[in-house]
Amino acid sequence: MIAIVDYGMGNLFSIYNALLKVGGDPEIKRDPDFAGAAGIIIPGVGSFGRCMESLRRFQEALAERIAEGTPVLGICIGMQVMMDESEESPWARGFGWIPGRVVRLPEWVTVPQMGWNSLELKRDLELLDGISPGDMFYFVHSYHCIPYDKTAVVATTHYGVDMAAVVAEENIYGTQFHPEKSGPKGLRILENFVRMVRC
Amino acid sequence: MEALAGKAFISGYLLLTAMRDYAMIVPCLDVKVVGGVPSVVKGVKFVDLKRQGDPVEFARRYQEQGADELVFLDITASHEGRRTMVDVARRVADAVDVPFTVGGGISSIQGIKEILDAGADRVGINTAAVRDPDLVRSAARTFGSERITVAVDARRNTEIIPGVNVYELEDGRRAWFEVVIYGGREPTGMDAIEWCRRVERLGAGEILPTSMDRDGTNIGYDLPLTKAISDAVDIPVTASGGASTPQHILEAFTLGGADKALAAGMFHRGEYTVGQVKEYLRANGLRVK
Repeated sequence: MIAIVDYGMGNLFSIYNALLKVGGDPEIKRDPDFAGAAGIIIPGVGSFGRCMESLRRFQEALAERIAEGTPVLGICIGMQVMMDESEESPWARGFGWIPGRVVRLPEWVTVPQMGWNSLELKRDLELLDGISPGDMFYFVHSYHCIPYDKTAVVATTHYGVDMAAVVAEENIYGTQFHPEKSGPKGLRILENFVRMVRC
Repeated sequence: MEALAGKAFISGYLLLTAMRDYAMIVPCLDVKVVGGVPSVVKGVKFVDLKRQGDPVEFARRYQEQGADELVFLDITASHEGRRTMVDVARRVADAVDVPFTVGGGISSIQGIKEILDAGADRVGINTAAVRDPDLVRSAARTFGSERITVAVDARRNTEIIPGVNVYELEDGRRAWFEVVIYGGREPTGMDAIEWCRRVERLGAGEILPTSMDRDGTNIGYDLPLTKAISDAVDIPVTASGGASTPQHILEAFTLGGADKALAAGMFHRGEYTVGQVKEYLRANGLRVK
C-alpha cells in the first residue's frame, strides 16, 4: 500500500487516481499512522508555511519510516518541505531531510511558472527509468529548491535559471513538477515509484 | 525607414518574448446547469446560448487533442449550479489528467475548498473578487497563489475619465478598459488594468481577462487589452474572448504577450482541433508541447 499524506489542504484526487492507473494501491492517510505503507507520498498543495503547520504532526512518523528505508516521494511543495527553509515562509522550519533552501523564482520570468518544461538529467535514478532528456512535465510553482549538496539534484529544468526538478537522497525523492498532471511520462515516474516500493 | 526598422525590432522582440515559454492552448467549456444536468454551451456575447453536450466528454476529447489545460465556467452561477460543478469537477478529475480550472459563482473560501477538494487544480473567481477583494488574499493564503485564478471581464470604454489607463485601439480611437461583473451585465467604473495589478498584489496566481466586446464574435482577441494586462502584471495571463482561427491564437502570444490562449467555439464546433492549432503555432516559430 502507498500512503498519501492528507494534511487537509485538499486535492488528493489526481494523485490518488494516477497511482491507481499505474497499478498502485493508494490509501489516503489523515493520521500519522503509516503501518503497512510500503511507500509514502507527500502531495504538493498550499504554501510552505501552511503546509509545515499542517504536516508537523506527521513529522515524527515520517522520520521513523524514512529511517526504516521506506521510499518517500514529495511532489511540488511536498518536495520543498524536505528542505530546511523557504523564502515563502521565513518563520517556518522545513523537515530538513535534504539540507537546502527554497527561493523565489527569478524576477525576470513570469511567476508562478505554470506550464510545461523539459528536464535535463544529471544522473541515473530508478525513479526516472524510461524518462529521456527533453521529456516534458507540468510545473506549477513560485519557488524552487536549492539543495546544498549538488549530488542530490537528479534532474534540472530551466526557467529563468537552472533549477532542481528532481531531487533524491537515499530513499527520499522529490519532484518539483506534478507527475500526476504530466501525461504518460508523468505516469511512468509514478509507475516506477510503485515498482520500487514493491521490491 | 527608421520607423520600419523599429517595427521589425518590436515584432522580433515580441516573438522572442513569446518563444521564451511554451505557448499553451486552453479549451474553455461554458457549462449551463438545467435541472441538475450540466451541459456545455457557447455563448454569443453572453446571450443566445446553444446547448452542446456533456462536459466530461469534451474534457476527454480535448485531452486526446493535446490541450494543455481546460477551463470550466458555470455560467448559471446559481446555488444549484455550484453543487453540480463540484460533481463536474470530480468527474473531470476522474476522467482526464489535464490540469483544469473551475469558475463561475464561487464566492467563499468554503466554495473554493469544495471545488479544489473535488479535484480541480485551480478556482476562478470573478464577480466575488470585485465585491470582496480580500477573498483573493485569503484564498491565496489558504490554498496557495498557484490555485487562484482571477477572471476579469472587461469592456472598452471610449468615454475617457480621469485616472484611468488609456490605450490606442486598432482604428486609432482611444479607450480604457472597464471591469464589468455579473457576466457582463454590470459595469463597475473600475479600470481593468489597475484591478489586475491589485489582484496580483493580493496574491492571485494568474489572470484570465475576457473581452466582453470580443467574446463570441469570432473576430479575434482584444489584443490591446491582452497586451496591456500582460505588460502590467508579472503573473501568467490567459487571452480570452473572440478567437476563431489559429491566426487569432498566434496573435494572442506574439502581439498580446499572453502565456496561454483560451478558445471555445472554434474547438466545440469542430472547426479546428487543438493539435491543428499547435501545428500552426509551431510552423510560426512558437514552442508548443
